[in-house]
Amino acid sequence: MTDTNATHAKGHILVVGGGISGLTTALEAAEAGYETTIVEKSPSLGGHVSQLKQYFPKLCPPTCGLEINYRRIKDNPRIHVLTMAKVGKVTGGPGNYEVEVTVSPRYVNEKCTCCGECEKAVTTEIDNEFNFNMNKVKAAYLPHEMAFPQRFVISPKIIGTEDAQKAKDACKYGAVDLDMQPEKKTLKVGAIVWATGWEPYDARKMDNLGFGQYDNIITNMMMERMAAPNGPTGGKIVKPSDGKEPKSIAFVQCAGSRDQNHLPYCSYICCMASLKQATYVREQYPDAQVYIFYIDIRAPGNRYEQFYSKIKADEKVTFVKGKVAEVSEDPSGEIVVVAENAVTGEKIRQNVDMVVLATGMQPTASIEKLPADLTFTEEGFIVNDYAKGGMFAAGCAAKPADVVSSNQNATGMALKAIQTLVKA
Amino acid sequence: MDKKYGFYLCSGCGIGEALDLKKMAEDVLEEEGHSNIKFHDAFCSPAGVAVIQKDIDDGVNAICIAACSRRVLTDVFNFPGCLVDRVNLREQVVWAHPGLKPSGEKAEGEEAGEEIPHLQMMGEDYLRMGMKRLEKINLPEPYKLETLERRILVIGGGVTGMTAALDAAEAGYDVTIVEKEDKLGGWAANVRKQLPLSYPYQETVSPIVDEKIRAVQSHSKIEVKTGTVVARIAGQPGDFTVTFKKPGEEIEFDVPYPLPDEMKVDENGKELDNETLAEKFKEYNEGRRDILTLDPNGVKFGAVILAAGWRPYEPEEGEFAELGYGKTPDVVTNVQFEKMAATGPVIRPSDGKPAKSVVFVQSPGGGDDKDFPYASSVTSLVALKQAKYVREDYDDGKAYIIYQHMRTPGLTEKFYEAVQQDPGIFLTKGEVTGVSADDGQLSVDVDNTLLGEKIALSADLVVLATGMVPATKDEPVVNLAYRQGPAFRDIGLFGGYVDSNFICFPYETQRTGVYAAGAIRRSMTMEESMEDAAGAALKAIQCLDSVNRGVAVHPRSGDPTYPDFFFQRCTQCKRCTEECPFGAIDDDAKGTPKPNPTRCRRCGTCMGACPERIINFADYSIDSVGSMVKAIGVPSEDDYDEPPLRILVLVCENDAYPAIDMAGLNRLEYSADVRFVPVRCLGSVNVVWIKDALSIGIDGVLLLGCKHGDDYQCHFVKGSELASIRMQKIGDALSSLALEPERVAQKEIAIDEYHKLPQIINDFVAEVEELGPNPFKGF
Repeated sequence: MTDTNATHAKGHILVVGGGISGLTTALEAAEAGYETTIVEKSPSLGGHVSQLKQYFPKLCPPTCGLEINYRRIKDNPRIHVLTMAKVGKVTGGPGNYEVEVTVSPRYVNEKCTCCGECEKAVTTEIDNEFNFNMNKVKAAYLPHEMAFPQRFVISPKIIGTEDAQKAKDACKYGAVDLDMQPEKKTLKVGAIVWATGWEPYDARKMDNLGFGQYDNIITNMMMERMAAPNGPTGGKIVKPSDGKEPKSIAFVQCAGSRDQNHLPYCSYICCMASLKQATYVREQYPDAQVYIFYIDIRAPGNRYEQFYSKIKADEKVTFVKGKVAEVSEDPSGEIVVVAENAVTGEKIRQNVDMVVLATGMQPTASIEKLPADLTFTEEGFIVNDYAKGGMFAAGCAAKPADVVSSNQNATGMALKAIQTLVKA
Repeated sequence: MDKKYGFYLCSGCGIGEALDLKKMAEDVLEEEGHSNIKFHDAFCSPAGVAVIQKDIDDGVNAICIAACSRRVLTDVFNFPGCLVDRVNLREQVVWAHPGLKPSGEKAEGEEAGEEIPHLQMMGEDYLRMGMKRLEKINLPEPYKLETLERRILVIGGGVTGMTAALDAAEAGYDVTIVEKEDKLGGWAANVRKQLPLSYPYQETVSPIVDEKIRAVQSHSKIEVKTGTVVARIAGQPGDFTVTFKKPGEEIEFDVPYPLPDEMKVDENGKELDNETLAEKFKEYNEGRRDILTLDPNGVKFGAVILAAGWRPYEPEEGEFAELGYGKTPDVVTNVQFEKMAATGPVIRPSDGKPAKSVVFVQSPGGGDDKDFPYASSVTSLVALKQAKYVREDYDDGKAYIIYQHMRTPGLTEKFYEAVQQDPGIFLTKGEVTGVSADDGQLSVDVDNTLLGEKIALSADLVVLATGMVPATKDEPVVNLAYRQGPAFRDIGLFGGYVDSNFICFPYETQRTGVYAAGAIRRSMTMEESMEDAAGAALKAIQCLDSVNRGVAVHPRSGDPTYPDFFFQRCTQCKRCTEECPFGAIDDDAKGTPKPNPTRCRRCGTCMGACPERIINFADYSIDSVGSMVKAIGVPSEDDYDEPPLRILVLVCENDAYPAIDMAGLNRLEYSADVRFVPVRCLGSVNVVWIKDALSIGIDGVLLLGCKHGDDYQCHFVKGSELASIRMQKIGDALSSLALEPERVAQKEIAIDEYHKLPQIINDFVAEVEELGPNPFKGF
């Protein structure tokens, strides 16, 4: 017998951001019986985890969990998804917010079958942002093959050109709409969860680490794309300069993090991420030498410590305690990592073929100011004010965290949002 | 239900160019007497959907859409109240075989001799499979409990438990907290100061535990039972019956334990019969009622939050002796230090004199840079906090923290930074090689320091950063009256923590409706524990809401089907009870299963396990899948001089099926001889389907699913592992039919490994080709 007295509190929950935290908050609330809407600025959901090859410490593909989450969305009429959408002004208070949302034109409507004819028709190529511009995509593209919603996008760069017309002509289903305009919506919601996440810290800001100056210095997120089967190199880790296999790779930890001039906090995931990426390298190149330059290896707790122990046992992986002072290229084209060994005090110059900068997390909210009455830390993380209620930050919008902790936090924030509706 | 069929064959996305849909309709559908067949060049378009909707308005309720994958356009092809089958002509047939000649196109020259229309045969097979499935399935009726209990039980009255209780209560739920001690508070009641709970994360804070206790005690929706533990939790989510008792008491409703494996066999190692087993079980659990006997005085609950927390790690006799532990009272653990600090200034236990020079050791050394057992970022942070106590107590106090790795992740780094500002707190990396006592003064030897040399520190007190052991390491705590046993399963994988194996789904364990929070699942700070408590409270509430609607919880959230048992044919073999990953089935003394549908996660492992094939779901059954298998056309020598092989691939729908779709999207081509049948989980594969396949002349059967082992990726925990065990056993059965065991195989594929799919499939096809055609072909 269904207990029909158990009606849910009225009201709608808005989740800003469709990465793993936002997805989790929205799904957990919806499966508890509440109407939720996800507003995501990108053309597809999944955020940064959709760019990862594997999660630590299990070394399993994030798309596996995302697939289940997308299925949960498909099966649940209480979840509404707006992609390419941005939140504008937020007015009102707990239980009663009005939120302006602007949906940018995708130039492809819901009639898209994903047949791919538009992609074939256009000739213009644009930088592939999903792959950190390491390759190009056609200007009519699917963000990536696991993209949800599975629908093409036409880049605004070709709107008004012949190429756009070619895409339109190629579509048999009337899905290409070149006259699409930005659309404004007003959402009335009772609670808002900000799951606006993070961006990789811009490695160009650290002059001494050589990113942007030398091809064979990449970031950890670029490494994820490179190692991913659907990445720019089909999963092969190669030196960007010549596409050849690296015989040695150095990981530079705390590239920006724990540094008063850059990110004055620990970004939580980079140690574990580099340990994980060491396994990518070792799997592809059994003879490759890996160096990890670190301040502390932050692998706390049983599961992470075990993972660290496993990597330590690999004789091809060398750990050097010492902050890296400089990364540059020598005339032979090798990359030189200069660091001071914190234990022995000696100055180290390590030549390698390639360097991965373990860049940290910068809160997205510090890059784009959120249009709501929220409190921020100096670094741009959102400070949760439970006493005030109504609006909450989940996942890395509140603090740097790994996926497990973000999802625990995001599940809890779903309850905080529901409590707001119950009390309203 | 009275089915009225509609078949919708879409020619969009290249399907129409590659397949002769009219011929498919004639050969497959009309052949079977179906006449309501529609064609469209885009059924997903508004005009296409209107065609289907009009039929539905005219009474059609069983819909077969032969177009794209069932993973896409689900919002478009959403017809509530109708049975819907999606035949995947696009990703699996047309897109995945760009190299095959479109149907109707004639080959030229020598190839024209014997032309096999691979593509058309494939399309027809899949359409026939969809048609057969639709004939066999029914609309599910959700399982509803007679009465639903909504009260939530929280085990543990520490900060985590109290927070979970408050969070659930604030969402409108009644909660009972049980705490084994005589008062609420847990470990948080024994601290001088707490780690910072919020930004700017720089200062310790006064304990918040009293405030929590007041909030709990004054909340009208929260009941507190102190000095109480759980003797047993019987029943299922939405209808648990819980027996409480005093700690240490022995009562008849203490939970019984399953027989250990060695007691289940006779002297010769032969398995005992059910009657003897039942007797032995009774003897083994003398004085305890069976799990199926409900305590008439038990209390009803709907869901459980397990927040029983941790205990300090207790070094074994002689452990850390090189660090002086157990040799001098002035070497203590961090918990012993905290207890002392909570009640007064820090002193030397040996003589009560002020401890003005304290060395905090983070790592036991011994040539390794590991932290102490069960340590974590909490032990790093606690050392920082405790170092401050020394400075608070004595103006001339000095604290030394010797660490291998200072583990202050995320924003807790701010606290580390703040502590570093104190000139009386010295921090260095180093390996502590020994602690010696001389005349009441300790000397701590440290090697490999940041100072580049060996140092010896003179200390009044040495504090070891030992870790937090989860309560579940020692005992089950939840005491579930489940046939599979009272504890969470497989927590050995996580060192006894009740953690989830799933990174994405941190609350998913093998026990539905019981959600862990706080230090029992992982070493956590109070801030993290409180967040975790809110998450666990949400999951408990969500479980109740799902039970109320009669639908599954994660990962098949919202699924209204559940396993239906045809008991008359049950042989009491107990396989379903033993193999269910979620312990959803209990059995009685005779061995007859008693399903608990709200514990069930709908994976179908029981259906796969059942040798009598008496377990089925409304839309997923032995017959529905078996009929699909039998719908595969098997060409014989009567049809072609060299008939193509037919390989059945049973595909896990969670990861392998999407990988197949991705292969299609990328136009990766593989053998045209395979036919895919999706299954809920490889655990649900019943060997009868394999026998069916081989008996109609199918040449080989491949199971395609996810990774098993310690880092399993199976969403139902055990499915792919169980399937692999069953496949090992099927070898004998095949040999008895004079078939090679190599005709049946299981391969792992992760969702992102679609690029490996062609090789996996082609290799298997080649292996079967090597064996030659199935000798039963044509019979």
